[in-house]
Amino acid sequence: MDTKRLVIVAVGGQGNLLASSVLGEAALLAGVPMRMSEIHGMAQRGGVVESALIFGGAQSTIISDGEADVLMGFEPAETLRAIGKCNRRTVVITNLAPLMPFTVNIGQGVYPDLKQLQELIRAKAARLIAFNATALAREAGNVLSVNMVLLGALTQTGVLPLSADTVKSAMQRKTKQAFLEANLKAFDLGFAAAQTA
Amino acid sequence: MHKLLTDKPGDRMLLLGNEAIARGAVEAGVAFTSTYPGTPSSELSLNFFQMSKESDLYFEYCTNEKVAVEVAAAAAACGVRSMAVMKHVGLNVAADALMTLAYVGVKGGMVILTADDPAMFSSQNEQDNRYYAKISGLPMLEPSSVEEACRIVGDAFDISEQLQEPVLLRTTTRINHSSGVVTLGAIRARKTSGSFAKDPLNLVTVPAVSRKLHVKLLQNYAKAQALSESSPWNIVEGSGRWGIICNGVSYNYVKDAVAELKIADKVRILRIGFCHPLPIRRIQEFLKGCEKALVVEEGEPYLEEAAKTHAQEAGLTLPIRGKAPELFSRLYEYDPAMVRKHVAAFFGVAFTPPAAVDLSDVPPLPQRPPTLCAGCSHRATYYEVRKAAESLGLETVYPSDIGCYTLGLLPPLSMADYLICMGSSTGTAGGFSKACDRKVVSFIGDSTFFHSGIPGLINAVFNNHNLTLVILDNGTTAMTGHQPNPGVDMTQLKMEGYGRVSIESVVRGVGVAHVTVIKPYKVKKSIDAIKEALQFKGVSVIISQELCVLYASSLKLPRRKPFHVSEKCRNHRDCMTHLACPAFYVWDGRIKIDANLCTGCALCAQICPENAILPVKEGKK
Repeated sequence: MDTKRLVIVAVGGQGNLLASSVLGEAALLAGVPMRMSEIHGMAQRGGVVESALIFGGAQSTIISDGEADVLMGFEPAETLRAIGKCNRRTVVITNLAPLMPFTVNIGQGVYPDLKQLQELIRAKAARLIAFNATALAREAGNVLSVNMVLLGALTQTGVLPLSADTVKSAMQRKTKQAFLEANLKAFDLGFAAAQTA
Repeated sequence: MHKLLTDKPGDRMLLLGNEAIARGAVEAGVAFTSTYPGTPSSELSLNFFQMSKESDLYFEYCTNEKVAVEVAAAAAACGVRSMAVMKHVGLNVAADALMTLAYVGVKGGMVILTADDPAMFSSQNEQDNRYYAKISGLPMLEPSSVEEACRIVGDAFDISEQLQEPVLLRTTTRINHSSGVVTLGAIRARKTSGSFAKDPLNLVTVPAVSRKLHVKLLQNYAKAQALSESSPWNIVEGSGRWGIICNGVSYNYVKDAVAELKIADKVRILRIGFCHPLPIRRIQEFLKGCEKALVVEEGEPYLEEAAKTHAQEAGLTLPIRGKAPELFSRLYEYDPAMVRKHVAAFFGVAFTPPAAVDLSDVPPLPQRPPTLCAGCSHRATYYEVRKAAESLGLETVYPSDIGCYTLGLLPPLSMADYLICMGSSTGTAGGFSKACDRKVVSFIGDSTFFHSGIPGLINAVFNNHNLTLVILDNGTTAMTGHQPNPGVDMTQLKMEGYGRVSIESVVRGVGVAHVTVIKPYKVKKSIDAIKEALQFKGVSVIISQELCVLYASSLKLPRRKPFHVSEKCRNHRDCMTHLACPAFYVWDGRIKIDANLCTGCALCAQICPENAILPVKEGKK
């Protein structure tokens, strides 16, 4: 089986770890070998949370610079910060709704221009799928379902050997029942957004 | 039921490394578990804690790692299988117990887990704890994957019981925090109580006894050596003439590199999973078949030095390389591409990696370091101490300690000047007070105070140091995920049968003459009280009491109303300049407050020169 490497970057609290856990469950359901690793020591304190998910035969649980097949960012500046993980064949998916780092608020940095950010990524990667996932999450009825919107977009690209039905089954097992309806809607909205992006 | 108690051998589950180790321990019949929480090991003990609530597994959060090893050692002395869990630096704290426990040995199996942290994702150093096996003389095992981590625990218990010695189990962050699919095994029945047979001439380590016990340890060492020679955790793969010796996660990177470089027919790999004592004969046999050998191991050249030594003993002269300027570093963690590059270069294999993207036109991005949460009481205390010191015109030094509050290091708070280890705020404060003429104000959290802050405070009282210690008591061990500590009210967690230690009573009990308790959300009152404490000559202690906001929210305590910036704002920006709470954001050149993040602590409202920050009115959020 071809090895596929996915890097997910997010800001603490955006639900990256739940998204990883859904993909892990989906791989288990589909019988696809999967390993992953997470750096989440400071997740609750506004730091960056990075996950590496490796589907297929490889034994490593981390992804080196230049070796991601997909980079999925929950926050635009964090997507750009992780661009070193990509090569010319990488598919990049990013939410376009910024979360301002406090360093910007206290004058210690400038937030990148979103148009320039997209042009930079588009010039470096094979494909960029960029949209406001936060707005779609709100439309789905749960602003916290940004992670499920992005899972929908990721599934639509077909880079990973996981079907929409499998990912949805995994969502049923791994996400709270009370949010399931909104989550499934969020997934569909993300899937559709990637089709038109 | 807790998922790790599932009694369905053969089922497959996607588990975090720490969950896999906990499951492996349960399958091995562990009955007594103890810890002091520390990343990357924290979820392992959290799972023991959770399982102990719904089974007869015993678990306790201990004041520190030394105590965790001691309670587990006594359980093992009674024939009960025990496990003590800690991060790598925790073993430094437990080292005193470990060294002589190696002499005394155990009856029931005992496993001590040390979780090393190469690259220091959440630690103050990246020491390589394989050397603890060497210095103590104890066996050490080390898995390469999540699946192995589950299975290796059972072997560790069996070896411990066979040798009647504790066994060290070493992991690294990329084992603890990786996930993989684990096939469940059968759960062995727990033996939850044992018996103690008095045997002082073997268990009481006076010099005459210890001289005899050291002989026994060396005999055990020889037995452990034999086990290592035949251990299934030391694996040889392939039969080529290019040798690679590796361990832990480096083995995975080597395997992927060999596959991608398509050199499997040329390579032979020795993966060391039983890393102390090392399988000397196997290493020599392995090297005899190689024309050259590369050692791939994160951290110190532990295997490399052994390979070179034992090659020399066997009269072998092949090149053996590992740590070198052009090869591997002692620094940080390795990754698959780095290992592939060095393997290719060392054996002369041509390989062009996929071209990495050009980063030269990426603008500098604003940093996003972790920060104190919105409404964190530490922010209030830090602000108040700074204001109090400024108003008294004091030149200060702020020794800090290990916990969330270390994040006060960053601007605009900038309230940490010196930190070496758990508890060091109290000891170093005394040294600063004698060696420089600044006013010393040190900071320590409640859990760290219990862990190792108390001896430094007693030292300060006895030696009559001139310092102020601020104990940031947020009622939990916040940094590692809200574990209980001896000061926690366990009834809030709906748990019965626990005592509770009052920090104030401890501080008064050890003879501190000036003790103040403040509520940090009351800004003016706190600053006045802090000023008084700072002016006291001798040891003064300020206990700043306010529950961690995340913990309070997890307890479902009532939330305070959020605040907003009203039209009265004249854009002084004192709130942003001095506090930089993450609930603030800038919109159209003005400071705003995110009502979803604001916890209503009212710190900013109290320092606003225009009193422009007001509670959000009902229905206006």
